[in-house]
Amino acid sequence: MTILFALFLLTMLVITAVAIVQTTDLFAAVMLLGIFSLLMAANFFVLDAADVALTEAAVGAGISTVLFLGALALTAARERPAADRPWLPLLVVLVTAATVVYATFDKPALGDPNAPVHQHVAPWYLSETPRLIDIPNVVTAVLGSYRGYDTLGEVFVVFAAAIGVLFVLSGDRPVGDVIRPADAPTTRGLKHHLIPRIVGKLLIPFIILFGLYVQFHGEYGPGGGFQAGAIIAAGVILYALLQGEGRALAALPEPVLKALVAGGALLYTLVGVVCMFLGGNFLEYSVLAADSVTGQQVGIILIEAGVGVAVTGVLLCIFHAFAARDPAH
Amino acid sequence: MYITVSLAILVTMALAIVRALRGPSLYDRVLAVNVFGTKTVLLVSVVAYLFGRPDFLDLALAYALINFIGVLAVLEFFQSRGLRRELDASGGEERS
Amino acid sequence: MNLALDIASWVLFGIGSLVLFIGAIGVLRMPTLYTRMHAASLTDSLGAIAVLGGIMLQAGWSLAALKLLAILLFLLLTSPTSSYALANAAVLAEKRDAESAPEPSA
Repeated sequence: MTILFALFLLTMLVITAVAIVQTTDLFAAVMLLGIFSLLMAANFFVLDAADVALTEAAVGAGISTVLFLGALALTAARERPAADRPWLPLLVVLVTAATVVYATFDKPALGDPNAPVHQHVAPWYLSETPRLIDIPNVVTAVLGSYRGYDTLGEVFVVFAAAIGVLFVLSGDRPVGDVIRPADAPTTRGLKHHLIPRIVGKLLIPFIILFGLYVQFHGEYGPGGGFQAGAIIAAGVILYALLQGEGRALAALPEPVLKALVAGGALLYTLVGVVCMFLGGNFLEYSVLAADSVTGQQVGIILIEAGVGVAVTGVLLCIFHAFAARDPAH
Repeated sequence: MYITVSLAILVTMALAIVRALRGPSLYDRVLAVNVFGTKTVLLVSVVAYLFGRPDFLDLALAYALINFIGVLAVLEFFQSRGLRRELDASGGEERS
Repeated sequence: MNLALDIASWVLFGIGSLVLFIGAIGVLRMPTLYTRMHAASLTDSLGAIAVLGGIMLQAGWSLAALKLLAILLFLLLTSPTSSYALANAAVLAEKRDAESAPEPSA
C-alpha cells in the first residue's frame, strides 16, 4: 500500500521537477516549487516520518514560496537564456546519477529490520527513552536530548542564515522613499479587500495558538520548535500581507525580531551552560531537576522554546528584509 | 474503504498538476496550487486514518494554513507587481 | 450501530470521491479561467465536507473528531476566501491590461 502511494507521489515529483527546470517563466517555477514541496511532504508522511513532513510543509511550501516571491519582486520575471548548451554539466549529472543508482543495488530493502541502520543505536533509543526521558515522541527525544549538540548547531546555522541575508539585503537600500504617483491605484496590497482582511483577522489568533500548541505538543506528537516557529512566523506574515508590512513592523519591530533571533540561540546555549554549573556536562539535562527524568523533560522544553523563538525571529527578519526593498511598499 | 478515497484524491492531485503545467496564464497555475493544497489536506487526513495514526491530524491543519497563506502571498505579489510596473513606467528615474 | 456508521461512511466517501474527481476534470477541461475556478472551488468545499464527514463518523467521540471538525471549519472558511481573492486578482489584472492596451481605432 505504501509502495503504491510512494510510486504515485514520486512519479508526480519527477514530472514536477522536470517542469521546474524546463520552464523559463520564473513565476511558474515558484508555483511548481510549492507543489514540489507539498509532494515531498506527502511522501515523508506516507513513509511515516511525521515531524519531517510537518517541517517540510511549514517551511518549504509556505515560507519558501513567500520568500521566493519576495525575491522575484526584485528581479526579472523571465530566466535569461543560457549562453551555451550545457553539455558538460549534463554529462557530469548523468555520470553521478548512474553511480548513485548503481550504489542503490547494494542497499538493504526499505524498512528491512536487519539493515545495519536499525541495529545499533536505533533499538537503544527506542528501548531506553521510556526509562531515561519518558516522553512518547522518540523523535523529539533524539533531537532534543540524545543529539542535542546537532540541534544546537542547527539553531546556529539558522542564525547565521539570518545574518547573511541581512548583510546582503540591507546594504543598498534607497534612503529616500520612492515618490509614489499621486493617484496610486487603491488596489495596492490586499488591505483594501474586505473579505480576506476579515477572514485573516479571525484566523490569525488561532494560527498563533496553533503554533504554540505545536510547540508544546512536540513531546507527544509531531511538532517541536522548528515547526512551531515556522507556523507562528506564517501567522505574522499573513498579518503583514493583509494589513501592510508597516503595521506588521509596528507590531513586532526590527529590534524585537533581532532580539528573538539572538535570544533563541542564547537560550539554548544558556541551558547547556547552566547544566555545566549544576555539575553535569554541557547539555546534560539530567541535573536540571531533582529527578533526572524530570530534568530531561525540563531541558527539552527549554531548548525547544529556544529553537522556536529563534526560528520565528529568523523567518520574520528575512521576510522584512525582502519586503522592505520592494519599491511598491 | 479509505483506499478508494485516497486513490481518488491522488488522481485529483495528478490532474491538478497537469493544469499547473499547462495553464496558459499565471492565475491558472495559482488555481492549480490551491486545489493541490486542499487535496493534500484531505489526503493527509485519510492516510492518517488508513495507517491508524490519528495523532497525525496536526499535519493536515498545518497544511491547510500554509495553503491559505501561500495563495494570499501570491495574490499580494500580483497586486504590487501591477503597482511596480506603473512606478517603473512613471517614476523610474527617481530611484537610486 | 457500527454497520450503520460504516454504511454512512461509505456513502459519504463515495460522494466525496465522485465530486472531487468531477472537480478535477472540470479544472482540466473548462474553457476559461473563471469557469475553472468555479469548478474548483465548489467541488473543493463539497468534497472536503463529504470526506472529512466520513472520517468523523468513523472516529466517534474523540479528540481526533474534534481536530477533524477544526480542519473542516478551517477549510470551509479559507478555501472560498482564496477563490475570491484569486478571482478578484484575475479580474483586476484583466482590467489593468485592458486599460494599458492601446485603444483600437474606430
